[in-house]
Order: sequence, then C-alpha cells, then structure tokens
Amino acid sequence: MKDKTMTQSKISAKGVQVHYADTHAIKDVDVEIADKEVTAFIGPSGCGKSTFLRCINRMNDTIGICRVTGDIRIDGEDIYDPKVDPVQLRAKVGMVFQKPNPFPKSIYDNVAYGPKIHGLARDKDDLDQIVENALRKAALWNEAKDRLHASGTGLSGGQQQRLCIARAIATAPEVLLMDEPCSALDPIATAQVEELIDELRQSYSVVIVTHSMQQAARVSQKTAFFHLGNLVEFGETDKIFTNPEDPRTESYISGRIG
Amino acid sequence: MTHKSLLTVDALTRKRNTAEKRFKAYGLGAIIVAMIALALLLTSVVSTGSSAFKQTYATITVPLPAAKLDKSGTRDLAVMKKVTTIGYASLLRDGMVATVEELGIATDLNAKTIGKMLSKEASATVRNAVLADPDIVGTDMEFKLLMNGRIDGYFKGRVTMESAALDGNTSPEELQLAQALADVGVVDTTFNWAFLTAPDASDQRPEAAGLGVAILGSLYMMIVVLVLALPIGVAASIYLEEFAPKNRWTDIIEVNISNLAAVPSIVYGILGLAIFINFMEFNQSSPLVGGLCLTLMTLPTIIISTRAALKSVPPSIRDAALGVGASKIQAVFHHVLPLAASGILTGTIIGLAQALGETAPLLLIGMVAFVREYPAAYTPDAGLFGEAATALPVQVFNWTQRADPSFVERASGAIITLLIFLLIMNAIAIFLRRKFERRW
Repeated sequence: MKDKTMTQSKISAKGVQVHYADTHAIKDVDVEIADKEVTAFIGPSGCGKSTFLRCINRMNDTIGICRVTGDIRIDGEDIYDPKVDPVQLRAKVGMVFQKPNPFPKSIYDNVAYGPKIHGLARDKDDLDQIVENALRKAALWNEAKDRLHASGTGLSGGQQQRLCIARAIATAPEVLLMDEPCSALDPIATAQVEELIDELRQSYSVVIVTHSMQQAARVSQKTAFFHLGNLVEFGETDKIFTNPEDPRTESYISGRIG
Repeated sequence: MTHKSLLTVDALTRKRNTAEKRFKAYGLGAIIVAMIALALLLTSVVSTGSSAFKQTYATITVPLPAAKLDKSGTRDLAVMKKVTTIGYASLLRDGMVATVEELGIATDLNAKTIGKMLSKEASATVRNAVLADPDIVGTDMEFKLLMNGRIDGYFKGRVTMESAALDGNTSPEELQLAQALADVGVVDTTFNWAFLTAPDASDQRPEAAGLGVAILGSLYMMIVVLVLALPIGVAASIYLEEFAPKNRWTDIIEVNISNLAAVPSIVYGILGLAIFINFMEFNQSSPLVGGLCLTLMTLPTIIISTRAALKSVPPSIRDAALGVGASKIQAVFHHVLPLAASGILTGTIIGLAQALGETAPLLLIGMVAFVREYPAAYTPDAGLFGEAATALPVQVFNWTQRADPSFVERASGAIITLLIFLLIMNAIAIFLRRKFERRW
C-alpha cells in the first residue's frame, strides 16, 4: 500500500464492510490506528463499534453468519489474507472482553496458558517470570502474588478484569483490544483499569470500546465515533469532545442521541 | 380512590395464594405417590429376593470306594469319567443314610427318599471334586452339599408342613428329618456365595442356579458399551456442537439423533442380529454382540446429554481461549471439555444404566440362551468377549418363566443384584463427578 510509508499507523482499515446474514452492521469504515496510542471507539448501542473491534483479531470468524469484506492491515499485512492463521493473529492482537472471563483455573494457570500454547517460555523459571511480569504490568502482582494457585474466579470483579488483562499481555501482543472492559466494574476498579490502560500505552497500541464518554476522554488520544454502522468522525480526542465537526457527534456527546 | 390496608388480603391476592398452595399440594402428592411406589417395589423385591442369598447345605461324609469310582485302579481320568452323576448319587444316598443312622434319628423314610433330600446338583459336586483330585478315591470325604429346593424352602419359610403334605416332591416326614438334622447342625443355612458365582442350572435344580455367568456377561457388555459409546458419542457431540457448520445437513442429523433415542430397543436387537451376527458372523449370545447392540442404543443418549453439557459451558470461556490465541481444538479440549465433564459423565451413566437393564435386544441376539457352564472364554487363555453368555435382566426374564416356585426367589435375588450393580455404577459416577467438578 502507498500510504503505509506515509503514516506510522499500526492498524489500517479500508472500506471494511460487515454483514450479519441480512444486516449490514459496518458500512465502509476507513480508520488508521497509530502505534503506542489509545484509540477509543464510542457510539450508541448497536452502532457496530464492538463488531469492528472484533474484526481486528478476526473473532468474528467464530460467528458463522458473519461476513467481513474490505481490507484490514496490521503493519502492512492483510490479516484477512487466506495465508493468515487467525490463531497467530490473535497471539499478536490480544483481547479483553466486556465481562471478566477468567478460566476456572488458578491465577497462575490463567496467565500462563497463552505463553504455554505459544511456546513462549523456555522452562519453568522463564514461565514464572512471564507470569510475574504480566501480573505486574496489570497491577495485580501485589494482590495475587501470595495466592497464585488460588482460583481466578475467586477474585473480585475488578481483579478478575485485571487478571484478564494480564492474561492478554502475557502472550506479548502488539495490539490490545478492549471491549467495554469497565462496564461490569465499580468506579474504583474502573479507575484502576483506566490507570493501567494509560500505562499499557507505552508498550502497545490499545483500542478500547466504551460507552462512557468520560472514559474515552480520560484514557484516549484518538476517538472514533460510530453511528448506525458508519464511522462518523475520527480524530484527536480533544478535538472530538470540544469541537466536533459532524452534528451527529455533537448530539451524541451532548447527550441528545444515543 | 379508596385507601387499601396492607393488613387485609384482597380477593385477587387470596386467589393467587390459594393457587400456589394448591400447586404445592399437587407436587407434594406426586412425590408421596412416587415414594410409596418405590417403597412397595423395594419391599416386595427384597422380601422375596433376600432369601436367594442364603442356601441350605448338609455337611455329610461320603464314602468314595475305589472299586466303584476307579475300576481300572490306575486313576485314569478317561476311565473315571465313565462313572456318571447317577453312579455318585447312590454314594451320596449311602452317606446321608449313614449320617442319619449314626445320629440315631428315627425316621420311617426309605433310603431312596433320604437320598433325594439332597439336590441333584450334589452328586455333580462330588464327581467334580473326585475328577479334580483323583487321589481322594478310596477315602471317606466330608462334603458340604446342597439340599433340594423344597428342604431349602422349608428353612426359608416358603414350604410348610401343610404345603408339603400336598406336594408330590416332598413330604412332612422329610421336613421333620431335615429339621432334626438341622437341630444337630448337620443341615445348616449359610450365605449363598454360589448364587453370585455359579452358572445357571436346569429347571429341576433351582437350588443350584446362580448368576455368575449373567454377572460376567453384563459386566463385559458394560465394558464394551463404555469403551465404544463414550469416545464415539463424545467425539460426535464435540464435532456437531463445536465444529460442524450449522446448515440443513446438521439439522437433519440432529433430528435423527433425537429420533434414535426414542427408537424401541428391540429394533436395535433386529439391527444387531442382521449386522453383527448374520453379516459380520460374530458368535451369537456373546457379550461382544450384546455390547455392540447396546452401544448403538446408548449412543443417542450420550450424544444428547454431551451436547447439552457442551452448550451449558458459557461462550465467554471459548472467547477467552480464542482471544489468547488458542486454536479451536485447544479451546475445546483445554477449557470446554473439562467444564462439561460432569454433565457428560451424568449422561454416560444414565445411558449405561439403561443399557444394563435392557432385555429386549438381547433376546433377539440369543443372549436368552440357557448357559449351563462358564464359557471357555472366561478362562484367561481364550478371547474374553466372544463366547456365549447371558445377562442379568435376561436371567431375570428366564427365571420368572420357570415352573419351580424356588425360581421366584431366585429371580427377585437377581433383581436385587442388578440394583446393587446399578448402585455401584452410580456411586463410581458420583465419585468421578465430584473429582472432575470445577467450581466457578
């Protein structure tokens, strides 16, 4: 692609269309997501922001009726190329889900699972180190270090979500996708996770879907506003929230639609 | 608007409350009926069947004269085998008569009648002992021998002096003699291990009939069913639930699996007869064929319950696994299957229990055969599953058709054994489920 040299974008989407059976869920979306930045997707429910997020690591492949067309590139490589194995892609593009979903296994096994299946650890000590690093990065180490072999499902909601973040970053991804990671959390846990997102920005390209405009304003550098499957506006977060170009963006931000 | 007090119950609420009370009463009533039915079933089976686990034996000394049992004098088995059980019966009669005389018990019975108080099986017992160890010929040996069914029935309360007076097979005098022998300890009623180990016996000797072959046959069939139905069923369910595309073909397969679960079991018997016996030419009456038929019957049950168990695993777990880059098969085997294990186990045990109690298909493939002896296969040097055997429910079916009243007791005893078999299987399943169960 020509513009690969022009911009420093990590993820570049062009003309992405998504259909669920007869529903046209994403209509011709173009977006450039930069490296080492937090990009927020906002918009009313059902606007397609989560669907678009799930295109980036091909989680939509698991839904039989979902059809994705268009061009999504990570570091210039087409991720929908038939040669791409989604399993490898998902190791590179980690994902955190809306509801904390730790495996019903120990905290250690939750974090160690990814590195184990991708062969990232040479030996037990190495694996221990990876687990510790991931838990430290997810700001869970201090709470979890004495109970690494206790069940992950026994943690509180906020801790579970940080465990899921640790699990996602343990596979050393380059991009981290977060689908409303704080919607099931209380304000304190939300604050912890937001702080964490800000730190993660130093190592990863983070894409976060959120319903909370305050959250988008707090954590992101770039914001994309989706409405009815269209990408209405995409730009610097400050600009979107203070001086939106599109009237629909303004209505949504000021609370008149959505 | 009138003010309504919360302290008085209005008409609509009262109606709702009575409806609720009524429904609770129906539910409770249903449970009580079910419990009474279960209690009746168990009491009737246990009260008629428990006596099958006890058996009356006489401990007597039997002379084993060499002149009669080993005419060649060389302990040559071929020659010794020429003496049939009829030849041994007279020795047993002599032993019984001698015992009675020795104890000084007065009786009007002739020697022949006294001899017949022993089971017809007793002479076979002695003959087998002699053939197994020819060196005992020429000595007097003490044997613990079965009494006949009527005497046994007397000690279990089934036969009384009044009924014996009307019975052509026994008489009150015989019962009095048996009682006298019991008083001095020659005749005794002990736990009947033979009921669990001995093979079936003919119509004339209910006292010798046992469940040994049936238990082994049922056990082997369960092994065949478990080894085949569990992996095939689980693999089919995993494919259908996790991998198969959702289209018309999988819909048709799904409907057909549900239909197969409702197919009468005797149809599987006809299928087994046609495929496994007529076409593949396996031995009829063998646990292998029985197990294969029951596998076909059990598969739909296992597939349906396994699919339900897989469906009940929350999709978030699959997402989580796929999200960290696990392949589909890793997600299924590392995460989904362990969480579904307890449900799969429950379905499997229900299927096995159904198979264990199944009679109809086994009738068609010849497992109803009268198996008098342990098949050669049950000795370690032969194939295990290919020889004729019978199964517990078929044995019950068989015994309830026999004329001698002693078989009623035997049949109930077999039902008790079947129920214990089931309880053991369920206990194992519960133990495994506890072990595999994951806490959320």
